[in-house]
Amino acid sequence: MSKITQEQQDYQQFVNRIKPKPPYLRNIIMAFLVGGIICTIGQAILNFYVSLGLEKTKEASAATAVTLVFLGSLLTGLGIYDQIGKRAGAGSIIPITGFANSIVAPAMEYKSEGYVFGVGAKMFVVAGPVLVYGITTSALVGLIYYLLKF
Amino acid sequence: MDYLMAFLIGGLICAIGQVLMDFTPLAPAHVLVLFVTLGVILSALGLYQPLVDLAGAGATVPLPGFGHTLARGVIEEVNKYGLLGILTGGLRSAAAGITAAIVFGYAMALIFNPKPK
Repeated sequence: MSKITQEQQDYQQFVNRIKPKPPYLRNIIMAFLVGGIICTIGQAILNFYVSLGLEKTKEASAATAVTLVFLGSLLTGLGIYDQIGKRAGAGSIIPITGFANSIVAPAMEYKSEGYVFGVGAKMFVVAGPVLVYGITTSALVGLIYYLLKF
Repeated sequence: MDYLMAFLIGGLICAIGQVLMDFTPLAPAHVLVLFVTLGVILSALGLYQPLVDLAGAGATVPLPGFGHTLARGVIEEVNKYGLLGILTGGLRSAAAGITAAIVFGYAMALIFNPKPK
């Protein structure tokens, strides 16, 4: 490899100094804020269902998941969720509203390919793997638990 | 107080996801799969329930919470029904969320069209 001249080194340092840094810190802060806000809204919905007399760990938390999934789907349909997602990154992807978004967005996008191969199939582009790995792992956990227990 | 904990822990889980997306080659779908799987495993080891007790929706709303629901269901049903519970528990406890996602998702995709980018 040829020796780098002093000039080249200086230039390299100059470039490194002035080139825009990817906004890592801003991304993390936005993910934290938006994710936190969605979970806080989730907590408010959960508290609401508990106040209606639903049992907390199962009924109220299932009702909360359903409500958030509905809101996530609706906001995706209206084009609002993807606007949030542009800024929030993981903050809008990781909550369960993001799971709903991952279903509605490709389903709408591929509607032109028909209602079976378009909407029906593309709904699961992201949700499919999530369900496959989640459910398979849960079955493995069940098997191991069964073997340890009996 | 429960709102503050939900905000902090929920935000933290999402921030970890953002770090994975920015500093590793993992795509969002990889992170989602990883988080659900981790949720199932942590829950099975008894490590996720304390987080749920502490943070409520802060732990159940992010995707690891979905994994937690799957794991909790499977362990409950193995206790109740034995071998068959391995196959029924996960989906039974997560049924509401999954069915809602499919039904609402399908409905919204029919009603709305994608916005021009």
